[in-house]
Amino acid sequence: MNRPASLSIALTGSGGAGVMTAGQTLLDAATSSGLYGLMTRSTGPQIRGGEAAAMIRLSSHPVQSHGDRFDILLALDFDNVERFAEELPLDSESLIVADPAAGEMPAFLKASGAAIGLVPMAQLAKSIAGSRISMVALGILARIIGLPESAVIAAVAESIGRKKPEALAASEKAVMAGSAAAPEVNVPKLALPHTPRAGRWSITGNEAAAFGALKGGVKFVAGYPITPATEILEWMAAALPQCGGVLVQAEDELASINMIIGASFGGAPSLTATAGPGLSLMTEAIGLAVASEIPLVIVDVMRSGPSTGIATKSEQSDLNIAVYGLHGDAPHVVTAPLSVADCLLTAQWSVHLAETLQTPVIMLSDQSLGQARVVIDRPGDLAFATQRLAPEAASVGYARYATTESGISAMSVPGFPGGQYTADGLTHNARGTPTSQAKDHVAQLDKRQRKLDSFDFGAHWAEIDGEGELAVLTWGSSTEPLREAIAEARAGGTDVKLIALRLIAPAQPGRLTAALAGVKRVIVLEQSHSGQFWRYLRAHYDLPKDAIPIHCPGPLPIRPGEILTYIQQGVPA
Amino acid sequence: MNGGKPAAFDSVAAFFAQALAIEVEAAERYTLLADQMEVHNNKEIAAIFLKMAAIESEHRREIVRRAGDTLPTGIPADVSWTNPDGPEAIAFEDVHYLMTPRQALLLARFNEERAARYFESIAASATDPRISAFAAEMATDERLHVSWVDQWLETFAADELDRADDPDPPVYSE
Amino acid sequence: MNMIPATAPAFKPADYKSSVKPVWCPGCGDHSVLLSFQRALAELALPPEQVAIVSGIGCSSRIPAYTNCYGFHGVHGRSLALASGLKVARPDLTVLVASGDGDGFSIGGNHLLHACRRNIDLTYIVMDNRIYGMTKGQPSPTTEPDWDTAISPGGTGLSPFHPLVIALASGANFIARGFAGNIGGCAKLIAEAVRTPGFSFVQILSPCVTFRPDQQRGWKDLVHPAAVPETDDPARAARRLMTDDGFNIGVLYRGKREPYQPAPKAYLAPSHLEAEFAL
Ligand SMILES: Cc1ncc(C[n+]2csc(CCOP(=O)(O)OP(=O)(O)O)c2C)c(N)n1
Ligand code: SF4
Ligand SMILES: [Mg+2]
Repeated sequence: MNRPASLSIALTGSGGAGVMTAGQTLLDAATSSGLYGLMTRSTGPQIRGGEAAAMIRLSSHPVQSHGDRFDILLALDFDNVERFAEELPLDSESLIVADPAAGEMPAFLKASGAAIGLVPMAQLAKSIAGSRISMVALGILARIIGLPESAVIAAVAESIGRKKPEALAASEKAVMAGSAAAPEVNVPKLALPHTPRAGRWSITGNEAAAFGALKGGVKFVAGYPITPATEILEWMAAALPQCGGVLVQAEDELASINMIIGASFGGAPSLTATAGPGLSLMTEAIGLAVASEIPLVIVDVMRSGPSTGIATKSEQSDLNIAVYGLHGDAPHVVTAPLSVADCLLTAQWSVHLAETLQTPVIMLSDQSLGQARVVIDRPGDLAFATQRLAPEAASVGYARYATTESGISAMSVPGFPGGQYTADGLTHNARGTPTSQAKDHVAQLDKRQRKLDSFDFGAHWAEIDGEGELAVLTWGSSTEPLREAIAEARAGGTDVKLIALRLIAPAQPGRLTAALAGVKRVIVLEQSHSGQFWRYLRAHYDLPKDAIPIHCPGPLPIRPGEILTYIQQGVPA
Repeated sequence: MNGGKPAAFDSVAAFFAQALAIEVEAAERYTLLADQMEVHNNKEIAAIFLKMAAIESEHRREIVRRAGDTLPTGIPADVSWTNPDGPEAIAFEDVHYLMTPRQALLLARFNEERAARYFESIAASATDPRISAFAAEMATDERLHVSWVDQWLETFAADELDRADDPDPPVYSE
Repeated sequence: MNMIPATAPAFKPADYKSSVKPVWCPGCGDHSVLLSFQRALAELALPPEQVAIVSGIGCSSRIPAYTNCYGFHGVHGRSLALASGLKVARPDLTVLVASGDGDGFSIGGNHLLHACRRNIDLTYIVMDNRIYGMTKGQPSPTTEPDWDTAISPGGTGLSPFHPLVIALASGANFIARGFAGNIGGCAKLIAEAVRTPGFSFVQILSPCVTFRPDQQRGWKDLVHPAAVPETDDPARAARRLMTDDGFNIGVLYRGKREPYQPAPKAYLAPSHLEAEFAL
């Protein structure tokens, strides 16, 4: 297989060995040498001190998801490393670097057929006072992949130097010792582009989502900590007060969703971030926001479910609850970022949609996006003409829920004289007064549906790329591996069209029909056990007869090679 | 005495301001009760309370006329009764949606009577003869209201309906 | 008692009344509480558009729409959370929260603890009728153990919850009890609660004529003004609230805690934060 010019490296070791810091340092060193990169983490169930894996992909082109295999596994020890067996595909072209003192090599490593290079890393580290085994490892990796040691040393200096200048000299020695001891192996070295890295960003999906929301105008955040969404709240806690906003840590998700409803009613564009368990608790109040027409953004960083599931692992399995989780007929918006970097755009757009349509927007990010760090080109600036429709002047008989042609009605904000109304989850009339009349109920249901039906969601609804008789339809985090697979397929002479939905709800049947013009065969790709996306598409869209679902649950990522096989050989029945 | 202690007024104006406040509140209370009855489809009682509200509103206007230049602002006093309600205001908790005209009128009578006694006690205790005189006039008015209610009561047969006899259970529920 | 105002007050209670007519049973204490709200706001001379009244679900929670203020009739039990978000985002507003004993102490109990602890400048008014009125008479956390209902034949056998004790222990800064039938008295308590910074909790005994007809006359005879003035000492207040008969009316505790009001530190454009991502 003709792979893109990238190298995938995994670093594993027990807690305390510094695997995560070393991974980050390697990424820093690589990006300072002009490479792009991606880093994700995987850890054991221990709160502290458990085994950890840093998974890094480096390339001279932007990469935002993992490939099919790892070129290098550097294991500082073998403690519980088999836990990562499924996440770290190795083959006969891979290289395993390990310490002879680590003991018997686990069977899955031996069985991979990978070349093995033994380096007494622990012993080397011991021989240099004040150094760490992870620094030795960094030196080894630098030599193998062709990074200048100076770049690694500079990156080490960046991360620890300022805090502990005395440790720096030892680290430097350890890096050099590792480099000198690196096994002579035949790993393809990456061509270093030497392009200045200025203008590039290092960002996680959760940071990008938070920053995008801030750019969208969010001024109030309330949340309750939950993996893997907490980083959004933590980033916001520091950033928001710099930009005229505030964050409150709520007592639970019932409180956080209601707090943002209150703040948004008060005029502040508001957001909360959570994961599946929290979203489940929020659904009643999200319905309230639909009925009372309160703009909100709820970021759900999905993890493997149901229930507590696997909190640290990804899955695209909250689509059903996001789309269908509210009781009653409750039209709202569901969006999904298509890559780590796209979390920024999608969050900013979600705020725009919420404010414009006066409705809750659920943004479905996931762990694989939120907690991945990427080095990317600086994203372009986007400006949306975001504005909540406000009443022009105090008028007698202000009707908050007037049944306008667009369905959007002027929303007054406390403090505005003459605009007083009571927001209500009870069925109400145009003035907001509770009613149980059929005509009022229907008029308001129609009005709220009309907001979504008559709105032009524009080009952001989906990413569409290429032409072909075969199209692969996907959403959210499955998009990046699909892109890679499609690039391979095209390189092999097969035309494939990519259609990745950023707007999940409301469905856009007209747009999809246009996008599917000329397409004869469709593969639907997603990361859920029951095929939630597939069923959703079947319910709302006309797909060609020849349409095939591929849905596999988390926690393992969908790999580009798997998708390529489906594209080239079809999907087994 | 049910509706607050008779006050020692330091001026005729103060007396008028308070009398005015009592009537404003009585009229408001009857209007709100009429609204409640209307919402609960007890139109007969709504009509009774509306009529009482009209009587109290007229009484209010009469006091303003009588006070003339004594109370140039025409603004009622800011009263706060030490007992739950003013002397002429029906307590909200004394009504029921199925109340009969007799029950409503007996309540109204109780209040008018209470107001009469209130003003009578002021007439008897006030040191300022002008306040005594005005209070006596007010008491006479209230006695007249009592007699109207009595006449009205005669048109209804004794009917005491037991509230517990409601054949329809409460329905509304969120 | 006999003051003659020289000028008409800025606002009359009627200025806070909306055209929506209450659905409450005639005889319900909540009618009186509504009037108390209106009088308190008139006394405070707050323009109606500067006031927001937030509630949950229940008969008592129907109050916002009957006023001419901004209102939010939210979901069951979450009014304090909604109001907290509103007040933090809009500290310029006067925010009152209306609730019932089921809404506030049962489904919303956790939020009560944390609202007291946070001490945001809110006024929380619970119309306590010791019953779920709206759902037709089930026991609430304040219902007497032997009160017989369809869902708890013979009574719950559980000791009632002491909301004021819990509020004090959780950090509420102002604690008072009123009786709905005393409209003027409740209006004064509400006005005092609004004037006192921080989280103010006013329990108003508000009879449910339909499901607790016993309260209708009984409570009028049982309530009595607090025999001793308010205290600012939490230890004394605790003793007092623990031993009180539940019918003690007045301001019972007024503390000195600073309200919680997080504020922005700067007003930078978000693009200023971009540097943290740039390599
Ligand atoms: C989530 C949810 N559960 C249950 C209900 C039903 N419900 C409506 S009001 C209420 C209890 C109200 O009691 P209280 O707060 O004491 O108010 P009251 O009617 O007595 O004033 C219940 C259980 C609901 N609306 N929402
Ligand atoms: S059921 Fe009880 S609480 Fe509800 S309105 Fe009627 S009297 Fe009031
Ligand atoms: Mg109740």
